[in-house]
Amino acid sequence: MLMATGCQKEVTNRTSNLPAIDPASTDLTAGTWRTVLLSRPDSFAVAAPVATSSPLYLADLFEIKSLQKSLTGDQANTIKYWAAGSVLRWNEIMRGLVAKYNLPPEANSDTSYPIPNSANPLAYPLFPFSNPPYAARAYGYISAAQYDALVACWYYKTLYNRAAPYKVDSSVSALYINKTSLPSYPSEAAVMAGVTAEMMKLLFPGEIANIQAKLVEAEQATIMSGAATRADITAGEALGRQVAELFIARARGDNASKAVGTPTDWSNFVTITTNQGLTPWYSLETPKRPPMLPLFYKVKPFLFDSATVVSLRPAPPPAVGSDEMNKDVAEVKNYISNPTRENMRIVQYWADGVGTYTPPGHWDAIAAEDFVNQNYSEIRFARNMALLNMTEMDAAIVCWDIKYHFFNPRPTQLDPSIKTLTGIPNFPAYVSGHSTFSGAAATILGYLIPANAAKYNAMAQEAGMSRLVGGIHYRIDCETGLTVGENVGNYAILRAQNDGAY
Amino acid sequence: MKKKTIFHLVTAMAFSLVAIVAKAQTVDDAIMMSKKQWCNGLTYMHSSWNEYWEGTTKRNNLNLGTVTTQSVMYMSSYGITDKFNLLVNVPYVWTNASAGTMHGMKGFQDIDIDLKYEFYKTKIGKGDLSLIALAGFSTPLSNYENDFLPMSIGLGSTNLSGRLTADYQNGLFFATISSAYVFRSDVTVDRTSYYTNQINYTNEVYMPDQLYSNLFIGIRNSKLTVQAQLMNMYTFGGFDIRKNDMPFVSNQMNSTSLGAHVKYFLPFVTNLEVVASADYVIAGRNVGQSQTYMGGFFYILGL
Repeated sequence: MLMATGCQKEVTNRTSNLPAIDPASTDLTAGTWRTVLLSRPDSFAVAAPVATSSPLYLADLFEIKSLQKSLTGDQANTIKYWAAGSVLRWNEIMRGLVAKYNLPPEANSDTSYPIPNSANPLAYPLFPFSNPPYAARAYGYISAAQYDALVACWYYKTLYNRAAPYKVDSSVSALYINKTSLPSYPSEAAVMAGVTAEMMKLLFPGEIANIQAKLVEAEQATIMSGAATRADITAGEALGRQVAELFIARARGDNASKAVGTPTDWSNFVTITTNQGLTPWYSLETPKRPPMLPLFYKVKPFLFDSATVVSLRPAPPPAVGSDEMNKDVAEVKNYISNPTRENMRIVQYWADGVGTYTPPGHWDAIAAEDFVNQNYSEIRFARNMALLNMTEMDAAIVCWDIKYHFFNPRPTQLDPSIKTLTGIPNFPAYVSGHSTFSGAAATILGYLIPANAAKYNAMAQEAGMSRLVGGIHYRIDCETGLTVGENVGNYAILRAQNDGAY
Repeated sequence: MKKKTIFHLVTAMAFSLVAIVAKAQTVDDAIMMSKKQWCNGLTYMHSSWNEYWEGTTKRNNLNLGTVTTQSVMYMSSYGITDKFNLLVNVPYVWTNASAGTMHGMKGFQDIDIDLKYEFYKTKIGKGDLSLIALAGFSTPLSNYENDFLPMSIGLGSTNLSGRLTADYQNGLFFATISSAYVFRSDVTVDRTSYYTNQINYTNEVYMPDQLYSNLFIGIRNSKLTVQAQLMNMYTFGGFDIRKNDMPFVSNQMNSTSLGAHVKYFLPFVTNLEVVASADYVIAGRNVGQSQTYMGGFFYILGL
């Protein structure tokens, strides 16, 4: 019987059955790598562990041995899941959270829109609405905090140099993990769990309970695998949580809480643009929705200062009504007049819209799945994800600065006959967020994995162009966005060249 | 001809946010073609909704307005023997939203091929009871975009179905009850990950199986059929559209509709039958509350 797509079968995730992490190097010098916020790797004290001859240590070994003796199939699967890498798995979880919360609030019956409230996160609309700038900032803070926490972790690992349980006692097995000479105190898996769980208090307060359960699962799996004792875990989690608090403190003062703006702010954009004799953007939603996070450009970047944000602004887009703009609109109209199936594919592949992990999340997925093949240590994986996500957060800031500085209309606003192959995001056109995020990501990723640079650049081009052929951007939004993104990415390269990791 | 045969055009089940025209093609009546009779038909369907169920919550969406699905369908049925028929349906579908900016979609949707076998016929009292089994196969005819609901013209799965129909006619009155179980293949989407009630890092989507059921009650003779119809679609699993989210191929799509259908052999032209129907969705989950109108004609040849 012809079955073109095959019979019904269970669907397998690409990363379900990854092998246990197998680093090419333990990166023992990582305790000296340049941190993002921590002033020194030992800013937070971690007490010396007890001797391996101590009865307390032996008791911890009994815990591992009893768990290993009675290991169930489910527990084995959980070990294997986390053994693929803490940085990888927590990033996947974060992408899932962003997708879960990436839903625009529905309008009230009086046509106003409710705004998520961090003081009441469990009421509709749930806090946060993890749209692209929010998501970029969330990924940025979490990846940077994870990196700093692991630098501190590596510092103490090499300071105390306590070997893994299976190295101390041969009757402790290394179950479903690769043995390593990396010291186990404090546990990097617990550091990762602790820093991530703590960051939820800022970024996804409605998920604190769920992530706490994941933390317990990860820590338990680590102990069962023989990789760490409970003392390793306890010290690691505490360290992770303390580092997170540093980042939460920065976040509370980084201007993101004011990014929504007020009705006065929103109408100011219209006034400023109109006073320049230009056509202001308006929302194409019904009812009209306030612009998305219009003051996000004020958020403090990681890789450079706010003055640099302004310096990265490109030249203005063509004015509405000019010959050039009319040509640009006509080009968009042409693309969607009889859209090809291939163009639809490109648009959907890169759309990353409502209900998804957003474009930064897509680049995280691309990076994480490529990093898995690079045999990075956890600290190097974290350092690279931090570089990528700080880049994406700063790209969001720069992009939002440009969008709201020029405040120009979408093609469909100028030509309502332009129907689109994906939803029109509720913010101005110039420059394209997808293009900025993609240009930035491709730049730093191409530096980190030079063999893939051409592939990343091609992907960034396609991602940018997907917004043109989808009918929601002019060509200039995409081309300029890619260049702006590249400029942001170059700051990440500068940092990468000087952080001690190479 | 032993008897005037009538080919029942299955009312397009434009229940879902996508008018799943292909699903209508599981033939749900008890009419058989005689050996070497070949029936060809063309129908036009118009289905529209402005309210839909987001999970179990009914709402409208001012960024969609009224969503309209139209189709033209070619239908063929051939009597291999009096008891064994081959049916083929080919739909062309196009969609449109009256508000908002979503681009309409169009294309050849899913071909449907069925083998229909009347395996039992008997007299009960003054009436006739017949039992019919169908095996059906459907698959997309074109590589249409399935991940752009509610504008997509179809969901993209390849299906195998098994159906049982019982029909009882006594004098002019008849009743038909029928049910089909549909096995659906996984579908592929263009994106590399999607969120259901968890995030999935794959471009393959598991599509739960479905059950289609219908009940017809009415009057029927060799020239005319007039029936009231109750139709139901149930999906075994899937997830609900979240508040203000977009629909997705593997939502749990359920619906119940009420309607009427007429078939009439024109008096002045032999072997030419006209059909018409109207249906309205009275209950649903993750589908549009559609009202659907269909009209068409069939011509029967003897080969």
